[in-house]
Amino acid sequence: MSSPLRVLVRHPQFAAGMREMSGVSLGIAAWGLVTGVAMVKAGLSIPLSLLMTFTVFAGSAQLAAIPLMGAGSPTWVIWATALCVNLRFVIFSAHWRPFFMRFPRGQRMLLGYLTADLNYVLFMKKFKEPRDDEGQVEYFLGSSFMSWLAWQVPSVLGIVLADVVPTHWGLGFAGVLALLGLGYALLSDKATSFAAVVAGAAAVAAFALPYRLNMVVAIAAAVCIGLMIDGGGDAGRRVLASLMRTKPRDRVAS
Amino acid sequence: MSDWESFITIIGLTVITVVTRCFFLIPERELRLPGWVQRGLRFAPLAALAAVVVPEVVMSQGQLISTWQDARIYAVVAATAWFFWRRGILGTIVAGMAVLVPLKLLLGW
Repeated sequence: MSSPLRVLVRHPQFAAGMREMSGVSLGIAAWGLVTGVAMVKAGLSIPLSLLMTFTVFAGSAQLAAIPLMGAGSPTWVIWATALCVNLRFVIFSAHWRPFFMRFPRGQRMLLGYLTADLNYVLFMKKFKEPRDDEGQVEYFLGSSFMSWLAWQVPSVLGIVLADVVPTHWGLGFAGVLALLGLGYALLSDKATSFAAVVAGAAAVAAFALPYRLNMVVAIAAAVCIGLMIDGGGDAGRRVLASLMRTKPRDRVAS
Repeated sequence: MSDWESFITIIGLTVITVVTRCFFLIPERELRLPGWVQRGLRFAPLAALAAVVVPEVVMSQGQLISTWQDARIYAVVAATAWFFWRRGILGTIVAGMAVLVPLKLLLGW
């Protein structure tokens, strides 16, 4: 093991990142297993499935692309679908930029490749602004390493054992529950809670859009609502005032 | 789809992963995002989670579910109760699955 790597893995924030990611890794693992099985069941050979898990490394894009590949859809349709499913990462990358800019481009790209959903959410919950004295990147790498392991090991198992792993009992739902728990952990104030409700409703309402563009609609709607509540304009003040009058319980029920 | 086509497709998907995740990390020069974008970004993580989770819970085959006999509803209720009782994500997953699996296997919901 080279010395910089040893320094990295001994950094307390690397361990903290691994520990905090381990809380959701059961959900990641269940999802990885399901994705591994799905690739082989869709007709991909084992070598190609392994290639896909180790290069594409994007669960939601893989789960969207796999049935299309199995059905023999045109390649451009598959790419367009994955691109749209991944559009949220473009938004995330704008958020990552100030944290990663002190690295040269090559290293930034490597860090960027590792930015998935859960390490993004955990990181942004923990660190509000870029600083170089609190081990932010060590924390990121610790949580990313943990999520990589929690994804790849079950994914490979799923590929190899596709014919014997039963999935009809709802294994994949563990991943949804992991995201649910993480979402609850992020509820911080009325504006973010309300924006989340709007995002969920918009994602359902726009579900019929092709290429899973409902994700993008939902994020855009939530950001707009959040900005309105947060600061700007008359509409925002009115939404905020009505939220202040309403108890949180009533709002969820309505 | 032949193995060769699948290979090309997978390579393209890898490029898409890299380009989307690195999009705003690629430029070297100073990139000033407008203030409203920076403020708005704080809503993005939770919005993305909600946009994945809610349809997975309340929809099947692209339609809102129309029956109460759906194991996911009760799993989410149990998971939610656990989270606000204990605040642990691992427990949230376990509590939800502990409700989901019996309902699915025993009642076929």
